[in-house]
Amino acid sequence: MGAIKENSDDEMDEKVKKYLRGEAANLEGLKDKKLKGQLAVREDLYGKSAKTAAKIEKWLLPSEGGYLEAEGIEKTWRIKQESIAREVDILSSRNQYDIVLPELGPYTLDFTSNGRYMAAAGRKGHLAIVDMKTLNLIKEIQVRETVRDVAYLHNELFFAAAQKKYPYIYNRDGTELHCLKEHGAVLRLQFLKNHFLLASINKFGQLRYQDVTMGEMIGNFRTGLGRTDVMQVNPYNGVVALGHSSGTVTMWKPTSAVPLVKMLSHPGPISSLAFHPNGHVMATSGRENKIKIWDLRKFEVIQTLPCHAKTLNFSQKGLLAAGTGSFIQILADFSGSQNYSSYMTHSMAKGYQVGKVVFRPYEDVLGIGHSMGWSSILIPGSGEPNFDSWVANPFETSKQRREKEVHSLLDKLPPETIMLDPTKVGTVRAPPKKEKPTKKEIEAEMEAAIETAKDTDFKKKTKGRNKPSKRATKRREMINRAKRPFLEQRTQEHETSRKKHKLNPETEMPKSLQRFVRQKAT
Amino acid sequence: MKVKVISRSTDEFTRERSQDLQRVFRNFDPTLRSQEKAVEYVRALNAAKLDKIFARPFIGAMDGHRDSIKCMAKNPNYLKAIFSGSDDGDIRLWDMASRRTVCQFPGHQGAVQGLTVSTDGSILVSCGSDCTVRLWNVSDANLADSDNLSDNSAKPQAVYVWKNAFRAVDHQWDGDLFATAGAQVDIWNHNRSQPVNTFDWGSDTTISIRFNPGEPNILATSANDRSITLYDLRMSSPARKVIMRTKTNSIAWNPMEPMNFTAANEDCNCYSYDARKLEEAKCVHKDHVSAVMDIDFSPTGREFVTGSYDRTVRIFQYNGGHSREIYHTKRMQRVFCVKYSCDASYVISGSDDTNLRLWKAKASEQLGVVLPRERKKHEYLEAVKNRYKHLPEVKRIVRHRHLPKPVYKAANLRRTMIEAERRKEQRRKAHSAPGSIVTEPVRKRRIIKEVE
Repeated sequence: MGAIKENSDDEMDEKVKKYLRGEAANLEGLKDKKLKGQLAVREDLYGKSAKTAAKIEKWLLPSEGGYLEAEGIEKTWRIKQESIAREVDILSSRNQYDIVLPELGPYTLDFTSNGRYMAAAGRKGHLAIVDMKTLNLIKEIQVRETVRDVAYLHNELFFAAAQKKYPYIYNRDGTELHCLKEHGAVLRLQFLKNHFLLASINKFGQLRYQDVTMGEMIGNFRTGLGRTDVMQVNPYNGVVALGHSSGTVTMWKPTSAVPLVKMLSHPGPISSLAFHPNGHVMATSGRENKIKIWDLRKFEVIQTLPCHAKTLNFSQKGLLAAGTGSFIQILADFSGSQNYSSYMTHSMAKGYQVGKVVFRPYEDVLGIGHSMGWSSILIPGSGEPNFDSWVANPFETSKQRREKEVHSLLDKLPPETIMLDPTKVGTVRAPPKKEKPTKKEIEAEMEAAIETAKDTDFKKKTKGRNKPSKRATKRREMINRAKRPFLEQRTQEHETSRKKHKLNPETEMPKSLQRFVRQKAT
Repeated sequence: MKVKVISRSTDEFTRERSQDLQRVFRNFDPTLRSQEKAVEYVRALNAAKLDKIFARPFIGAMDGHRDSIKCMAKNPNYLKAIFSGSDDGDIRLWDMASRRTVCQFPGHQGAVQGLTVSTDGSILVSCGSDCTVRLWNVSDANLADSDNLSDNSAKPQAVYVWKNAFRAVDHQWDGDLFATAGAQVDIWNHNRSQPVNTFDWGSDTTISIRFNPGEPNILATSANDRSITLYDLRMSSPARKVIMRTKTNSIAWNPMEPMNFTAANEDCNCYSYDARKLEEAKCVHKDHVSAVMDIDFSPTGREFVTGSYDRTVRIFQYNGGHSREIYHTKRMQRVFCVKYSCDASYVISGSDDTNLRLWKAKASEQLGVVLPRERKKHEYLEAVKNRYKHLPEVKRIVRHRHLPKPVYKAANLRRTMIEAERRKEQRRKAHSAPGSIVTEPVRKRRIIKEVE
């Protein structure tokens, strides 16, 4: 009984920690008693609300996640999709299929944030929107142009397709709404949900951010690192990461023309990039057939895996899907300590080249876009079982969708809120370290002071007291007074530097001149 | 092998009939939501802006008096009513909802200096410069009847004549004694035509008087000799006195912390004291630019409203050094009396221009019945605005108030004068021997001495 209780206590502690969102503030050093009292009350409230949230989890979260456990000498990575389909109920086995469309080119996929709708784009111009719940094809159009990428905007009504010359925005009915001429020939599109920004990287390596609510171009940057089609958004902080052919990963925000971070990750070109939903873990893969798992807080490699990966994707529960050729490997860290190991594998028919792997949100399903169409396989334990209706609702009605659109527009974040550490909003910024002004700066300051001293107007004295000689002396006096602090500072510095020189002449003088060092009277 | 996959059946997650409510599922996990702080900041900014859009504090003016209004009283049993007395002896009972006079109480020959209502709401006591104290019967039945009367006026239940003109009156919270202030402090009983007791300390007139809400026998008065005196009715002599540099115009006890009171002073500040420790003020509330004439606490004890000679009404936090809100109108002249309504939603000000004005205590509050969802939304917006109110963008919007030009200029002038004084003091200190000049904290600076 005692052991069971301890376990549940540990679990509760972990849950409470999750809801606490960081550490409590340290109130020891505060001298202001009123503020201390107010903050203590508030910290107490945070603790209570975290505990209530942890306790109520039992009732609020009805579903448990999926799992796959091997029995006996069986290994999970040898289990095939057919055997899973046999064990699982009919509704879930419907999620396993292969759609073969050989003529229309490699397919890329994108899911809406609630996992209900999927947009598929074939390279030869085939755009399709599918309702995944009913596996109903809502609309398909043929744009008769190369389509390189497709991305959903904030809901299923709008999606953007990166076509041959420019990206276009389409409606759910297939009507073309906008042609974004400024972007140019785009290779990858990404949508930042909280900010309503459409980010694109084009053939010339130019990164553009466009606000899709007002149509305003927020940022337009030349990366200077050449053509690349590896681009991912970090969902945690809204930072866009690009992987370049030199092996560097650069991270960008819409308000600066210089990347936030430039890290050299791989010796060769980066082939793909993926972010963990918690925002601290990133997986990159290079052409040298290695996958590196990075910790973004310290910018260090946690793990290197010898694995081919042309495409990478993290699931909501932290499973990593890596796809090359016609082989897909799913990696999972079982202990929670970011130690990834093989969980499941899937090989498709020979000749199918995997283009993109995307996990479907809130479902245990992996969508694969390949050269012969697209497929979907079951990966137990990859999706979040309990959704929040106010965040993403797979069973949304149209009224709910409209309400959500309005609320999310009201909460639209300005582009300035994109930063590497999003928890810094509302905190006190550390004062910039004061550096000593350079000589030039000091001289400039002195010149400025002298100028202002020269500019001062003197009172016109009367009754014979306004002699020109007196005026001249007064002016000279003002200029000297302005100069004085700078001269004093200069003499002080000279003295200190001379004193420093004097302090250890023995160590500085070469050996042959030691006899000429002035001895101090002892 | 053991395998389980997420499979959601549509029936569990959607409603059965269209009459049912939609099903809502919650997961409070922070990992599902990204950039929470930025979202909260945007909501705080929008909430601050909406607050300013909906800020319409002025409800209406109650017109009727023919001379400036000097005193007001609220009936603790009847929320809608307020009594007001003016300088021509006219006492009126107003219905705040319709903003009309319900009943008039004529009789005083000179200015009505003080009004108060007994705690059970049955008797209105008024005192004036004509050396009389009049008691009127104002129980509910009477008020209801008086709607039918054609002349809308009432006759006093009793008239007591005494030696000197009276300046203020207040009724005990838990008893049937009331006290008047004038040349000396008199304690009266409803039925006696002469004071039961008299207190006199010092030679100057007492100008305001207030009974303590917690202790029925303690009262505080302020006099023309710049003092605040505390009396205990059970003892025959006055208890304590603190002398300040300037005169206190009015005192109000905090109804939730009855040991604290706040004094509205002539030097444009309000001083909060702990009655047990009068050597130092607990808090100095600075924002007015002219003498503060009247002060009243909210029944929550968390805020108080002040009316001042500079034609503005300000609302302060009970422990805050600066006002949270300022109300002014072009037509409102010198404010002589203010009252906070008993449901903590309204503020009534009586001023020199013969009008009583009704204001909202929270300027952007939605009046009327508020649905539970609306109320929750308002509370959430208030909380998120308070969390981010120190950030520059939000602070700029929340703090912004339009001041009338004379008040703005006077405030600037005061600020420069105080800054100059402070700088001079600093320089004097810097150029004299360390420790020879001691700066007194502001809370103590305005007190001359405390006398037992």
